[in-house]
Amino acid sequence: MYNASDLRKNLKLQLEGEPYVIVDFQFSKPGKGQSLYRCKLRNMITGAILDRTYRSGDTFEPANLEERRMQYLYNQDDEYVFMDLENYEQSMLKEDQVGDAKNYLTDNLEVDILFFETTPIGITLPNFVDLTVTRADPWVKGDSVSGDSKPVTLETGYTLRVPPFIEEGTRITLDTRTGEYVTRVKE
Amino acid sequence: MLAAVRGFFSERGYLEVETPHLLPVPIPEAHIQFVETARGAVLHPSPELYMKRLLAAGHPRIFQVARCFRGAERGDRHLREFTLLEWYCAGADYRGLMETCEAMIGSAARELGLGRRIRYQGREIDLEAPWERITVAEAFDRHAPEPLEEAISNGRFEEDLVVHLEPRLGAPRPVFLTDYPASMASLARRRRDAPEVCERVELYLGGLEIANGFTELTDPEEQRRRFERDLEERERLGRRTFPLPEVFLEALDRMPEAAGMALGIDRLAMVLTDSARIDDVVAFTPEDG
Repeated sequence: MYNASDLRKNLKLQLEGEPYVIVDFQFSKPGKGQSLYRCKLRNMITGAILDRTYRSGDTFEPANLEERRMQYLYNQDDEYVFMDLENYEQSMLKEDQVGDAKNYLTDNLEVDILFFETTPIGITLPNFVDLTVTRADPWVKGDSVSGDSKPVTLETGYTLRVPPFIEEGTRITLDTRTGEYVTRVKE
Repeated sequence: MLAAVRGFFSERGYLEVETPHLLPVPIPEAHIQFVETARGAVLHPSPELYMKRLLAAGHPRIFQVARCFRGAERGDRHLREFTLLEWYCAGADYRGLMETCEAMIGSAARELGLGRRIRYQGREIDLEAPWERITVAEAFDRHAPEPLEEAISNGRFEEDLVVHLEPRLGAPRPVFLTDYPASMASLARRRRDAPEVCERVELYLGGLEIANGFTELTDPEEQRRRFERDLEERERLGRRTFPLPEVFLEALDRMPEAAGMALGIDRLAMVLTDSARIDDVVAFTPEDG
């Protein structure tokens, strides 16, 4: 149980049976009056934003959230299927719940899946993943528009800019937090 | 800035005082969570009680810069431990406090090398006196979605104040918000010509509440009734209750007519240095460990 004075940015709560995260928080206490806790909350399932003002004395249930280590198996249509590495149970996320993470998902990649009670609602990738370049155009030296980089396409379909020496078939390391090239994988 | 503030009051014959930070019994304010010590004393949320006892003891002009403590208050404009300037002037009323604010903040800004016009968070504030004075009722008519009486009866006074009024107060000119409903000031005197309001004033600069003051209530009997009402409210809210500050009530009988103001030094520093957060004007915050 949380009290109003526990409220802060990034705290996760359960409101009307759904998990919310506080994305913006302001404490106010006008003059000699009572404290107000103004929160902007994001629904962790639907992404909907709520504005709420709470007062001293209000109490809140923590959101019942759990992360489980899982392996990515495959996707079919807009469903992405993962397997729990301990009990081999399979769970499924929709494409919009996977979001940009789909750019980095390759078979057997281990990820953390976030559950609200028994429902999977989100994914956390490793900070760094290795992916294979499937398409790279030759670099045109002296191209002042592109500078010292060129575009390539990876096995997941993701495109990004990399240094000119990267060729088709090369494996590269990416930072999943920025989506940027880090280094070439040494074979 | 503190040197400028001290210089201002010293030149006008105010005596700088120090009073105990540990209170055996505090003012029973409904909405303050006290910071308590192991032996049951309270770290003062303001030096008000002892400052008024000094007034009663015959010191007509006093000021103090003190660290004050209020539990459970933390945000972009709040620290649990912060610095208050309080001053008291015998024979003055809240109009005098407003004039002192204008002169004191103007002189602090000049000593810091700032001009008559300052900028706070992208908005210009013209410090040329006199500053604007509007009553709480007028401010609600101007900025709130409902009149003052309706906001009070619906329990939305604070919310309207924070959401609709405060962002619009104090730019392009500083504003004094005056004449609070009598129920909203525990230690302020009622206006003799309009007893439904009391002579309480809050100063706003650039949307920030900077100071709170009033013409002091000097009637010990009325003060006791108001404390008892506040104590009941504390009980209703499930806060710890204390015995009434009897020594203070006894001294109030001898206290001259006076006015006093509490000004948040950290907040004033925010405005004069154009800082968005109170964290930017202190060396350490609670989160710094």
